[in-house]
Amino acid sequence: MHLIRDRCFTPSPGESVTPRSVYAQRRDFLSRAAALAALAAPWPASAAVDPAAGPGRLPPLPASRSEVNGALTMEKPTAYQDVTGYNNFYEFGTDKADPARRAGGLKTRPWTVVVEGEVKHRGTWDIDALLKLAAMEERIYRLRCVEGWSMVIPWVGYSLAELVRRVEPTGNARFVQFETLADAKQMPGLRSSVLDWPYVEALRLDEAMHPLTLLAFGLYGEVLPNQNGAPLRLVVPWKYGFKSAKSIQRIRFVAKQPTTSWEAAAPSEYGFYSNVNPKVDHPRWSQATERRIGEDGLFKKKRPTLPFNGYEAQVGQLYAGMDLAKFY
Amino acid sequence: MNALLSHRATKPLLFVLALLPLAQLVYRALTDSLGANPAEALSRGSGDWVLRFLCLTLAVTPARQWTGWNALARLRRMLGLYAFFYGVLHFLCYAWLDMGFVPADIVRDIPKRPFVLAGFAALMLMLPLAATSFNRAIKAMGGLRWRRLHRLVYLIVVLALLHFYWMRAGKHDFAEVGVYAAIVAVLLGWRIYAAWRARASATARRDAAHAKQPVALHVTARARPSPPSAGT
Repeated sequence: MHLIRDRCFTPSPGESVTPRSVYAQRRDFLSRAAALAALAAPWPASAAVDPAAGPGRLPPLPASRSEVNGALTMEKPTAYQDVTGYNNFYEFGTDKADPARRAGGLKTRPWTVVVEGEVKHRGTWDIDALLKLAAMEERIYRLRCVEGWSMVIPWVGYSLAELVRRVEPTGNARFVQFETLADAKQMPGLRSSVLDWPYVEALRLDEAMHPLTLLAFGLYGEVLPNQNGAPLRLVVPWKYGFKSAKSIQRIRFVAKQPTTSWEAAAPSEYGFYSNVNPKVDHPRWSQATERRIGEDGLFKKKRPTLPFNGYEAQVGQLYAGMDLAKFY
Repeated sequence: MNALLSHRATKPLLFVLALLPLAQLVYRALTDSLGANPAEALSRGSGDWVLRFLCLTLAVTPARQWTGWNALARLRRMLGLYAFFYGVLHFLCYAWLDMGFVPADIVRDIPKRPFVLAGFAALMLMLPLAATSFNRAIKAMGGLRWRRLHRLVYLIVVLALLHFYWMRAGKHDFAEVGVYAAIVAVLLGWRIYAAWRARASATARRDAAHAKQPVALHVTARARPSPPSAGT
């Protein structure tokens, strides 16, 4: 009875620990089982999972709790079913059910990431090398979609800064650009001309270096399901979800501010920064409130959206003195 | 076919059929099977059916003339009223699920967003049509005036399309909009063509009449085209 049941409660910090510990326990067991299996077989590639099945079907990705300030919200994580069954990944179609339905064919092994541009160490990274680059952390972030809905997602990964430091940007590097795989054979959504492919997103270098900016390899303690951007993606929790590029194949350090895919498609609606901001409306809808998926009952009022998606304390200083209505 | 359409049970059957989309939405809401974002599913579901019923309503007259199933005309009023009914539900979804039924917020939101404004204008224009949909209203207004008023439906369907187009514009996703636009283009294009043909044949009749009449009448002869048949 979705209509009547009140699903909106604010769990106390104590309560929110319970669900985590439940899946952490199972993850522990699974990781030990997987370690045994790994002796005999190479690590299997990830896959699109049936959202209804819940976690437990993809290889585990063990992680320790993140110590980064603000990285572990106490809010209740959104159900695995919703996180993996309702999202945007236009390379697989524009409907939010498309990614789960159509990402099964995405090959995430072998996978390489090209690092190029204004860096001392250009080169091609294998996904397995990236997986070992730094210690995996669990981070529970709020995710606010530009469309007005939000989730809370337990990601697994490490700060993008770990990689940036290793490749050593030159003095010319001001921005970091991310490119998503664009392979029409694996991604049926590329047939439509919704966007110019490949999908391009970018951050200012200081944004990319911020410890909250996550290079994610997993969620809910397992490797990323294909539909959520396997095998690696960006997660920038204080920006609208589309800034967090999925299935990244190319990272380029550049001097000039790149034009992102959404800026190119609709310059009047999407800016470069796209920081979550309740005061700057999208031309076609208000950004003042949001609907938390799976939490707010149907007839419950939408909850207010927080500046920088609630990460103002951590990231506000990156934009000190900037007119956020102009640089939206 | 005409006999079937004129059957006593046809209207009640259509009445029930047209309620099925609502029944399905309510059922899915109660069983929690509207997906991750039930409010959005209800808004979009009800909105889709406004467009569908508008198209069905506008298809009655062309279909009647193509097929000769004149009894289809009996069903047009109900189809139009269902378009209005789903329009009201669609607005309630917006007002309640999106705006939390706060009148001040709604009043502020509507003019601020062109796409909401287009949809709202379409609904407002449907009000007088729904209000004059019963036989006595037609009689009171007179057939010609009633028909003229009800030509607002052309504007309504264009506004509804615009509303849908703007809604999807953010996603650059025009496939579905294109389907509805094509249907509406055919339905409205047919009317333009029919009006043009009626005018052409009126002119032909007039010219034929002139040929027999003295030249002096020529100045006053800009005969008005015959008004389109009742089923516009």
